[in-house]
Amino acid sequence: MERIIEVKGLTKKFKNLTAVDNLELNVYAGDVFGFLGPNGAGKSTTIRMMLSLIKPTKGTIKIFGKPLKTHRKDILRNIGAIVEKPDFYLYLTAYKNLEILGKTSGYDVTHESIMEMLELVRLADRAKSKVKTFSHGMKQRLGLAQALLHDPKLIILDEPTTGLDPEGMKEVRDLIISLSKEHGKTIFLSSHLLSEIELIANRMIIINKGKTKVEGSVSELLSGDDVKLKIEVDDATKAINCLNESRWKEFYKGEEFGKLIFEMNKDEVTQLNKFLVENNVGVSAVVPTRSLEEYFLKITGEG
Amino acid sequence: MRTLVYIELQKIFKKWRTYIGFIAIGVMAPLVQLALYFEGDNYLNFATRSFSDAFLISGNLMNGYLVGNLILSTLFIHIPFLIVLVGGDLMAGEATSGTFRLLITRPVSRFQLVNAKFISGIIYTISLLFFLMVMSLGLGLLIFGSGELISLRDKIYIFASDDVLWRFFAAYGFSIISMTTVMALSFMFSAIVENAIGPIVGAMAVIIIFMILSVLNIDFLQTLTPYYFTTYMPSWQSFFADPVDYSEVLKSGVILIGYIALFYAVALSLFLKKDILS
Repeated sequence: MERIIEVKGLTKKFKNLTAVDNLELNVYAGDVFGFLGPNGAGKSTTIRMMLSLIKPTKGTIKIFGKPLKTHRKDILRNIGAIVEKPDFYLYLTAYKNLEILGKTSGYDVTHESIMEMLELVRLADRAKSKVKTFSHGMKQRLGLAQALLHDPKLIILDEPTTGLDPEGMKEVRDLIISLSKEHGKTIFLSSHLLSEIELIANRMIIINKGKTKVEGSVSELLSGDDVKLKIEVDDATKAINCLNESRWKEFYKGEEFGKLIFEMNKDEVTQLNKFLVENNVGVSAVVPTRSLEEYFLKITGEG
Repeated sequence: MRTLVYIELQKIFKKWRTYIGFIAIGVMAPLVQLALYFEGDNYLNFATRSFSDAFLISGNLMNGYLVGNLILSTLFIHIPFLIVLVGGDLMAGEATSGTFRLLITRPVSRFQLVNAKFISGIIYTISLLFFLMVMSLGLGLLIFGSGELISLRDKIYIFASDDVLWRFFAAYGFSIISMTTVMALSFMFSAIVENAIGPIVGAMAVIIIFMILSVLNIDFLQTLTPYYFTTYMPSWQSFFADPVDYSEVLKSGVILIGYIALFYAVALSLFLKKDILS
């Protein structure tokens, strides 16, 4: 499969602080690649290096098979990006911002192409409004429009749903999925929300303190055999008494709003249910939950 | 490059602060002309009092040329304040607003961006000086008509009316070099910091300090005078002397262009290496 981004030994030092430390990652054509890490992990610094906003202290970045250092303009011509919060020329209209950014890039931007993008992000009716009148969510959507204006092959999005309401977040996610599936774009998506990556990405990397913690397919990384269960019973006291006298005691983690919490291998869930029923405890619901937060904290070493 | 310059000019002229200079000149120049229209004779009597007993002065001395020259001399000291308002914002303004992130992730080189911004800064400087010329000389000729120009320098020069206009054009031409030096200084500061206030205040501070140091009559400070670019900025006045000291004009022009090149080179070299963290 064609490798779109290839990062090797990437390091960035700011005086005594090592923001990115020997980072390696590979993104393939058609990937929706999740770039995950807590705040301050080095995600934005890495993205800034990939977009030549800052220079690496060490290491190489190849995009579309070409070194960024020597083919910067060729590479950037095929990238659309949002880096951190969406900033624009506030004293200009949304339309003018897109026109200026398109022309700065040397693209043949037409009225139709600008309006098409504004319609895509539901800002067509505000095309002539100055960006200073926009909410954060609207700026975020305009950020997406500028990133997509020139029909890039690779889209780099740094926390694209930050500041959006739930409806806006869903729209952005749907747009990303559609860009990937229907338009064949490769998407590099940074986030500090594992749940977001899980919903959108097919591959991911988790970094912390500038170092790679884990990289691979999202389904493989997030599908361990251990699950967290919430079991709703008719008599919690009776259930706990039974559990304390059985081998299930070691999996029982406590009670939460009347529900019993267990952490165990998913193959044993049926046995546990059977045990409770045989001991005359009515089970009304067994809800498996995987604690993404816990997983994330475990991986990043902060748990 | 032409597209980039055009875009930069659009950014400059869509900003409110750009018009502060035009508004200031648009208010000041007509105000001075209005005052001279009513009080011009008193002013002329005062200005010529030292030699009015020795010469018989006749004709329309209070004319558009005198008014134009007077306004240029008066406002020339203040124009740098108006230039740095825009020059200091050219680079730092992008950093402050976070739009460098948008610009530098485009397939355009940093070298091209710096050039486009610098050229648009020069165009702004030229347009402001052109506006000053229109508002002082153009409006002056319209209100007061033409005539001989009396110029008081180390000597009294009186130029025939058909010998004046080219001197104004030459003086404004030189003023472009002088004011571009100011723009280049603020541009250089603008490339260093990430807030436009710093370059504006910094450039003005440098100009004021150089001006103060050059007028202090202390031997040591006088030996430094040739190194201040401000020393060469008023050389446009040479065009209102006869004969024009072209060697002095040329020397001043070359030195100022040298300063412009230096400020530009520093700005470029800093920006090429700069990490965009804004």
